[in-house]
Amino acid sequence: MNGLQDSALSKLQRTGRYALELESVSRHFGALVAMADINLTVESGERRAVLGSNGAGKTTLFNAITGDFPPTAGRVRLFGEDVTDLPSHERIRRGLRRTYQISLLFHGLRVIDNVYLACRGISRGRFALRRPAIEDSAMESASNLISVVHLTDERDQLVANLSHGQQRQLEIALALAGAPRLILFDEPAAGLSPSERSELVEILQSMPEHIGYIIIEHDMDVALQVAQSVTMMHNGRIFKEGSPEEIENDPEVQQLYLGSGHG
Amino acid sequence: MKTQHGISEQLLAKGSPSLWLLLAFLLIYPAISNDFFTFQIGAYSLILGTISLSLMMLAGYGGMVSLAQLTVAGLAGYLMAIFGENSVGVMGFGWPWWVTSVWAIFLAALFSAFIGAISVRTEGIYTIMITLAIAVAFYFFVRQNYVLFNGWTGYAGIEPPTILGIYWRNPVPFYFLSLAVAALFCGAVVYCSRSTFGLALQAIRDNPRRMRSLGYNVALHRVIAYFLSGIIAATAGVLLVWFNGRISPGSVSVGVVIDILVIAVLGGLRHPIGPFIGAIAFVLLENFAIDLIDRERFNTVIGLVFLLVVLYSPDGLLGLWGKIRMRMMNSGKTGPNETRGEIGSKSADSIETS
Ligand SMILES: Nc1ncnc2c1ncn2[C@@H]1O[C@H](COP(=O)(O)OP(=O)(O)O)[C@@H](O)[C@H]1O
Ligand SMILES: [Mg+2]
Repeated sequence: MNGLQDSALSKLQRTGRYALELESVSRHFGALVAMADINLTVESGERRAVLGSNGAGKTTLFNAITGDFPPTAGRVRLFGEDVTDLPSHERIRRGLRRTYQISLLFHGLRVIDNVYLACRGISRGRFALRRPAIEDSAMESASNLISVVHLTDERDQLVANLSHGQQRQLEIALALAGAPRLILFDEPAAGLSPSERSELVEILQSMPEHIGYIIIEHDMDVALQVAQSVTMMHNGRIFKEGSPEEIENDPEVQQLYLGSGHG
Repeated sequence: MKTQHGISEQLLAKGSPSLWLLLAFLLIYPAISNDFFTFQIGAYSLILGTISLSLMMLAGYGGMVSLAQLTVAGLAGYLMAIFGENSVGVMGFGWPWWVTSVWAIFLAALFSAFIGAISVRTEGIYTIMITLAIAVAFYFFVRQNYVLFNGWTGYAGIEPPTILGIYWRNPVPFYFLSLAVAALFCGAVVYCSRSTFGLALQAIRDNPRRMRSLGYNVALHRVIAYFLSGIIAATAGVLLVWFNGRISPGSVSVGVVIDILVIAVLGGLRHPIGPFIGAIAFVLLENFAIDLIDRERFNTVIGLVFLLVVLYSPDGLLGLWGKIRMRMMNSGKTGPNETRGEIGSKSADSIETS
């Protein structure tokens, strides 16, 4: 009986309100404080944009959440569970995903293999010495994802042969694999053409509602189309938080944003 | 068109005429050569090639250049003497050959996994240095330890079994035994390179950080790769100790450890067939260069050949062959072949830098 209650309780905690809670999280590199005393909560299914000039600490924030570069102080909770001391791959297995500002792909492998590995990464059979069959479930999801990001024609191409825009699409496909609950997109629109940008917005808007994300995006137009709330970072700290309208009309933000040359 | 497959893979693709030709040649080879060529050249090349294959698998697919592969093979050889039979009167539990060999291979593979666990958090040159240190430490350990390894003398009288009335150390049977082992592992590596594990290993080579953020335990994957490559090296080690009939610290000295690296790089790290090409070249040089120059100069010759290959063809003799073929094809037609060559060299770079 007790055990049942316990598991029900822990389930409640896990499926709690917040997908992400950061508690006074800081990160320094040597003497450089890249990010200081960040307190941030993101609700399950929430879609958040993070704005801020270059060097504001946005990517550092993502690295702290995923464990790529763990925080030097503070706690990180994912879906109610403290993951501060967990390695990256354990955080990912709990439903976290990310993309990278500069594509990190497997250039020696084919497009399908890249996405297949992403699908396999969060399921069993990572060590299988057999070749995956076409009807393998991870292989099937990989094929589906490839069509979601419009790369079906490039399925058997080496990643090294893809255009910049296609590599950005693949970058996104890798983050959509499995059953993500919170995805961190690091400037997914960087270097995309206008038509590729609208494709990206389409992909983001068509994502199932229960999947939340945080998107770093310089382009206000893109950010405001795909986010319900906005966090503005400056000099490694949170500068403003609010709804897109509040942030857009905030005089301080306007000054900062226009001043730093973005718009 | 699958652009990933390099020239060697096209040549050796399943059912291709050149693969059948190669197999046919390997099968009739003992019939057209004498005992010396069957045993000292043929079987020996196959064994050295198999040990280098274990390095090719780690370095080519995993980006981990381990210098301790011969040490793993050597440990398996020692374990054969310790648990099986030897003529020295030290250890020699006299277990049946098949129990001994399975046990020796398993323990040596565990040792390989242990080496992996130690070196797995290092990259590039540091991996080479740590594994070299392990190889050197192993050499001095077996030289000084008399209880287990019989020190300087080592073991002699280690023989393959007689099964089905065949004495397996006779040149022809031993050649076929070595060929079977080499073909088995070569095929297994080719097959597994497209398996989930193999793809993951190559992805870890290309980008370990990304693999972590896809949910992979990169360190564990690497350690398992070391274990699997240890099975290959150890099996070849059992053959090597049967081939020599004896094992001593000299069998696992730094010189021999480096030979394996030379063979793998000489042949090429891009395809499992490379180490065997390197081994044949190495064994031929070792046997016939001394007819032309004296023994002491042999290392100079090997060194020079190594240098030339590394300078002019980072993909080894295999890459050289690919280049020549490409040039011949390009003089006929142009276009897609050119791009394919570029792809090849690009991923070769990624092997070296990672
Ligand atoms: N791995 C690192 N090593 C050293 N300094 C870093 C590292 N990552 C980020 N930084 C520094 O931290 C600051 C914030 O960088 P970053 O988070 O990448 O900014 P943003 O993504 O907002 O442009 C910068 O000054 C940057 O140079
Ligand atoms: Mg950034």
